Amino acid sequence: MRVAFAVCFGHIEESASVCAPDGPVRGWAAATITLRWTALSREAAVEARPDLHERGDADAVDLVDALRAGDEAAFLALVQRHHAAMVRVALAYVSSTSVAEEVAQEAWIGVLQGIRLFEGRSSLKTWIFRILVNCAKTRGASEGRSVPISALAELSDEAGRTVPQERFIGDGERWAGHWSDPPEPWPDARVESSEMVAIVRDGIEMLPDAQRTVMTLRDVDGWSSGEVCELLAISEGNQRVLLHRARSKVRAFAEERLGTRGKS
Amino acid sequence: MTLSVPDLSCRELVELVTEYLEQKLPPDDRTRFELHLGDCDSCRSYLRQMRQVLETAGELTEESIAPEARGSLLEAFRDWKRGPGGKPR
Repeated sequence: MRVAFAVCFGHIEESASVCAPDGPVRGWAAATITLRWTALSREAAVEARPDLHERGDADAVDLVDALRAGDEAAFLALVQRHHAAMVRVALAYVSSTSVAEEVAQEAWIGVLQGIRLFEGRSSLKTWIFRILVNCAKTRGASEGRSVPISALAELSDEAGRTVPQERFIGDGERWAGHWSDPPEPWPDARVESSEMVAIVRDGIEMLPDAQRTVMTLRDVDGWSSGEVCELLAISEGNQRVLLHRARSKVRAFAEERLGTRGKS
Repeated sequence: MTLSVPDLSCRELVELVTEYLEQKLPPDDRTRFELHLGDCDSCRSYLRQMRQVLETAGELTEESIAPEARGSLLEAFRDWKRGPGGKPR
């Protein structure tokens, strides 16, 4: 089956080149091989793409193979990797954690049902999360929630500034725009403690939906900004504003909890 | 001759921190940003704190999926594997 997949790489176009066991085959010959293997392969809808490997998704290609072959361990590994983040994202669309959990479960079933048709046009992760978002939106709509991840609403609701103006010297003064109430450095021991982890966790919990989702995906789950923008269908600029506001709020929250403000 | 480049104020800098960390600041703004940091303890502290927050966020461990959830997903997987008619794929 691996050979079949390797030979299935390549687009069906004149300049295509396909890696066959004996070396690259180009053009229409490549197309013919692709078609023949496609016909032979029961996974007729698959068009795994060579650029998947370039994107470091070699893992994903193996996982997709394994899933299709009914490999339970592969499925559980995938679930372990993504389930928690899926519940978090679902939470932005539905009314409670238990509903978000149900939505994530439905999404996994959707993943299994769709895996044979997964074409590799996007990464496996993006594809899984798109299924998740679709399930979450449907569920959210049926619960009567209006605009779910109101990223755009949040963006226009808030004023531009993330630090209260009173912490800076006012216009017309000599040092206008400089700190009047500056941040005090946080003691290393406290920053490196589990206390800080708990503070940041609490701070993130308290964020408005879109900010919480963006910061969680970027900073907790390590998604790239491109992946977040693609999932949430927002621009790079909007994503950055949400991330900025989120991190600023969590910093302010940490400052309060650490009690370091205004000490000299 | 020196070009007169307007200094960044602290109030302006705090709004540019994320762009700076994402490496999306245009070169001139980045220069202004770093010049200001060179002279301003408070803004250095602020930047460091923003970094500490995002790094700490990265330590929030993945919660394990609850056993019941895992169990029902496994069940779903086995059903899917059996396919319609209960025969293995």
